Amino acid sequence: MVDTRVTLSGIELANPVIPASGAFGFGYEFAELYDINILGSISFKGTTKEPRFGNPTPRIAEASAGLLNSVGLQNPGVNKVISEELPKLKKCFNKPVLANVSGFSVEDYAYTCEKLDTEDCIGWFEINISCPNVHGGGLAFGTDPKNAAAVTRAVKKVTNKPVYIKLSPNVTDITEIAKACEAAGADGLSLINTLLGMRIDLKTKKPVLTNKTGGFSGPAVKPVALRMVYDVYEAVKIPIIGMGGISTAEDVIEMMLAGARATEVGAANLIEPFACKNIIENLPAVMEKYNIKSLNEIIGGAHNG
Amino acid sequence: MTQGIYRVISNRPIAPSVYKAELAGDTSGLTAPGQFINIKIEGLYLRRPISIYDYDEGKITVIYKTVGAGTEKLAKAAPGDKFDILAGLGNGFDISKPTQKPLLIGGGVGIPPLYKLCRELLQKGKRVSVVLGFNKKEEIFCEKEFSSLGAAVTVATVDGSYGIKGFVTDAMRNIDYDFFYTCGPLAMYKAIENTAVTSGQFSFEERMGCGFGACMGCSCKTKYGSKRICKDGPVLDREEIIW
Repeated sequence: MVDTRVTLSGIELANPVIPASGAFGFGYEFAELYDINILGSISFKGTTKEPRFGNPTPRIAEASAGLLNSVGLQNPGVNKVISEELPKLKKCFNKPVLANVSGFSVEDYAYTCEKLDTEDCIGWFEINISCPNVHGGGLAFGTDPKNAAAVTRAVKKVTNKPVYIKLSPNVTDITEIAKACEAAGADGLSLINTLLGMRIDLKTKKPVLTNKTGGFSGPAVKPVALRMVYDVYEAVKIPIIGMGGISTAEDVIEMMLAGARATEVGAANLIEPFACKNIIENLPAVMEKYNIKSLNEIIGGAHNG
Repeated sequence: MTQGIYRVISNRPIAPSVYKAELAGDTSGLTAPGQFINIKIEGLYLRRPISIYDYDEGKITVIYKTVGAGTEKLAKAAPGDKFDILAGLGNGFDISKPTQKPLLIGGGVGIPPLYKLCRELLQKGKRVSVVLGFNKKEEIFCEKEFSSLGAAVTVATVDGSYGIKGFVTDAMRNIDYDFFYTCGPLAMYKAIENTAVTSGQFSFEERMGCGFGACMGCSCKTKYGSKRICKDGPVLDREEIIW
């Protein structure tokens, strides 16, 4: 018998497989397909203070071994998330979830987190300071250590739940931002958000996305994500949730060896609705194949010493 | 929605750049005409949404136009080839609308999802009229298929090489109808919106990520809030659409 349990800031997960924010809505579409209680947790759709429609369509494009999205944080706003979405989520999922929160000012983040803080189903906050699709929004906080620290401090003030900061890969040195968040009191980090990218249509000779640019995700970004998780693991002591191109149980193990304590699965859910279920079911056999008895023991295993 | 592996029974051109494919597999997830499938194509990451022309127990028929990398690869599929498909996506047309004399208006490659709708409306004893719009005679497909079902079919071609010269809206003028269902290009929809005298349903398309409501990639604004074309659509009521 292998042990797939991991612990994130004192809360035990049955396995390290968590659908990533934006790729799983509030869970209930997937609950029609399988019992989502098998998941380690869920990071729900990025929530903001006000309702948002997001960017104009087309806001999805094919890319090599992945996709671009410029959805732009569509969500019904924190009040409706609390009154309509979370009750539906709780009906199909009975474990603690990650509340993914985005904002346009430090006050926005604090406001939204304070509102959500009283929700029992929320185990952790995952603060998105890295959305590449909102101009003047999240990414502005995620590319500057001082701003990242300011958001971290503001959120820590309004909640006692563990606060994970979701980092952008669109920076020169991700470890600088990681260290700034740790120093400001972050309980953990999650990385990476999508890579800023573009596609151009040869027929129209113009960008495919109306927003021109979008976030690149999918299997193609996995090596970049692994490298960044590896580097951040060396730079900080707080736990890391690793993500970027994870589609298989092997990918989960690889990400954990780089230093992730848990992992998130994003794009794969959109292509293969049963992706997380398949990963969880395959995990024990893959662990046995590579002689891994407990996932806890392999976290950061790729590092020396 | 169901996921399954489907075997290609046939896949052949029926008009320039337009193909008809029959796929054998699970049809238990299909609930209404006007739904679509999302098909995984080797070498591409995103699935490709394709509207359903017809279905019966164990068989789905699609008609598609080659417009890009996905459909061009699909056109090369041979009998016996297998595809991973999500089936029964979207709401589909509502055949319970109070209509005795429905009019079906199809433009070009928007025509296919109207076929199964036509079949079901006729089965319910409705007097169905169909208007099909094409650019020119060479592009016409499915006219016979609709006639064979027993619908009154009018064809319009923009260049006048066949049927009525002009647009579908020109062909609609002399038809007696009390509700319409339509699928086709946006320019045609705007003309219908300006011409039609009754309620109706429009089927929309949009670039999709997942096809089943998870990614919010294909959202549109309606009078009743934002809707996902893939899950809350692709069919919207005339009264809710913001043009």
